[in-house]
Amino acid sequence: MTPRFKPGDAVRVRAGSPPGHFRTPGYIQGKTGQVASLHGAYKNPETLAYGGDGLPKQSLYLVRFDQAAVWTRYGGSPRDSLLLDIFEHWLEPA
Amino acid sequence: MHDEHGHPHHDEREPTYYEKRTDAIQTLLIEKGLFTADEVRRAVEEMDARSPARGAQVVARAWLDPAFKARLLANAKEAIAELGITVGFEATIVAVENTERLHHVVVCTLCSCYPRGLLGYPPDWYKSLNYRARVVSDPRGVLNEFGLTLAPTVEVRVLDSTADMRYLVIPQRPAGTERLGEEELAGLVTRDSMIGVAQARTPASR
Repeated sequence: MTPRFKPGDAVRVRAGSPPGHFRTPGYIQGKTGQVASLHGAYKNPETLAYGGDGLPKQSLYLVRFDQAAVWTRYGGSPRDSLLLDIFEHWLEPA
Repeated sequence: MHDEHGHPHHDEREPTYYEKRTDAIQTLLIEKGLFTADEVRRAVEEMDARSPARGAQVVARAWLDPAFKARLLANAKEAIAELGITVGFEATIVAVENTERLHHVVVCTLCSCYPRGLLGYPPDWYKSLNYRARVVSDPRGVLNEFGLTLAPTVEVRVLDSTADMRYLVIPQRPAGTERLGEEELAGLVTRDSMIGVAQARTPASR
């Protein structure tokens, strides 16, 4: 599949907890970051977890978030960041 | 002491629900002929044989050989295979480099994802809710508790391994190690320095 996003794109993580298994932590849902890199296409853990084949594969991105954009009371440097691996269907353009 | 499946148990406590369930499923799968008890034993033996020494060997080579380090950062799995290390069962390994100005620290907030093929089993604190919950929001505070105080000028990047990537931190090469060989250098590379909660040892602190 063609990746929808490219490095540098601003993206927002979708919010909401679908029933079942997913790999997008609650603390990052609804937050806006930037695509740092594309890891490639990986099987979807949301179906893989229940004996499914995980197909179609999903683009998986490394997404970078400013710490201050995630935690309003972040006490470190303004350059500090958090990086998470996020599947494409959890991302929308920001 | 033996339980109903004849497995020796050295402790006297009652097996937990999940231990009993695992035991029952394993016994059924062996009875069905999907694998043998010896294959299970060999897999456990292979897992137990993995230790941070593997990761240390990779880091020491990266310190000595800039071309290898470049390959490691570009495609860790292929670079590691050059050293005869296979991490076949594992997800994709990604190496990141700590420098004077940039510090990476790794966590898995959802569970305990860890580059087991290179570092063996994760330490208990890595799996604790305390570490997982706090290092993402207050990395400098948590690193302080580990005895690592970073200057405000150092950029801190927390890597939360939420999916298929397993992150290996290449710690900074300590000063005063210019004349050391690969084996001596590997002796300075600790497990914690490859998670990013510590620096590598110095020759003086060994």
